[in-house]
Amino acid sequence: MTTPTAFTRAQLDWLPWLEPLAADEMTERHMASLVDAARVKSPYFRLLARDPDALEARTRTDKDIFYNADAGLPRAERELAAAATSRFNGCLYCASVHARHAATYSKREADVDRLLDAGVTADLGERWNAIVAASVALTATPSAFGPEHVDRLRRAGLDDLAIADVIHAAAFFNWANRLMLSLGEPAATAKP
Amino acid sequence: MRTDADVIDALVGITPGSPLDAIRARRPEARAHAQATYRALFAPESPGNVSAQERFAVGAFVAGVHGATAIADCYAERLAESGASAALKEAIDAAVKEARTNGPYGRYPAGPLSREDTAGSSYRVGAAIRRTLGPRLAAAFEHTHMLVFHPRDAAPAALQALLDAGWSTTDIVTLSQIVAFLSFQIRVIVGLRTLAGRP
Repeated sequence: MTTPTAFTRAQLDWLPWLEPLAADEMTERHMASLVDAARVKSPYFRLLARDPDALEARTRTDKDIFYNADAGLPRAERELAAAATSRFNGCLYCASVHARHAATYSKREADVDRLLDAGVTADLGERWNAIVAASVALTATPSAFGPEHVDRLRRAGLDDLAIADVIHAAAFFNWANRLMLSLGEPAATAKP
Repeated sequence: MRTDADVIDALVGITPGSPLDAIRARRPEARAHAQATYRALFAPESPGNVSAQERFAVGAFVAGVHGATAIADCYAERLAESGASAALKEAIDAAVKEARTNGPYGRYPAGPLSREDTAGSSYRVGAAIRRTLGPRLAAAFEHTHMLVFHPRDAAPAALQALLDAGWSTTDIVTLSQIVAFLSFQIRVIVGLRTLAGRP
């Protein structure tokens, strides 16, 4: 295992800095808080399961923002907003997962790699540029998100439900990035 | 701000039947569970070792350093209801003033990303404020500042500082969720309010 030093679409591991719950000490409530039982294999989710009510509500919020297929922003672009937010905050682990999803759903691997390599000012075409710029402005503290971002997203063809999806996807990764960055670290499997 | 009223709706000013009400209704699980997270973190059924006063103090600090005045007022109001002294409220206001900056900044692991390293300070609570906050809340505020403004500087030593100040592993998970969740809630409110202001 080595510490990754660049943004990548490759699969990374995540190693906790605090002790997760052991699978065999988890109660029914802890297990239910994982929502997907398979997540018991993940040290990240077993660590967050120490506060099960917060974890379960977090996960259900996450799933609706990214997987709800009722109109709004296409999945690829929700993932783009997540990847751009993670790139700007500097979360290599989150960026790897969501860059991978953005590339899978958009088939625009080269543009996704440009975002990872050059950063959030990379030119990805106007529609993607508008989504990245809005995500970045909302991620800044204090927020730099203003009416000009709404106008630019509308000019790029987004309706208000899609704009609300950009807002939620970027906002959610301000939640996720902070947990991933501060409770453990990414690890790359060394190439043989 | 009551725990049973939807906080995001209240702070954006979303009224039943408005365009944003209709938009939020299209993502009903996200709407319900953003509120459920708020309840889990600020009105928990089993609060464990993290007191209501600590939860609202951190809430007021996070919103304050985001420059989100109306949201900060709302957490400060709940803090007062939890029985906090006026001195604690003043100490939080003073901490917000000395801690405010612009993020995100921080360092990357040494390598090609080092050229993107951005300098910025780590917050240390001033002596006078520390006396009012006490060691446990002071450690929480220092950690919170890192999470809000420079989360990529996170390291095991930061967690050790919390453990040394009396936060258990489970308490640290709850504290981290409070700060991280508020980073979400504040941005949803700011974003939707901006959208509502641009009909």
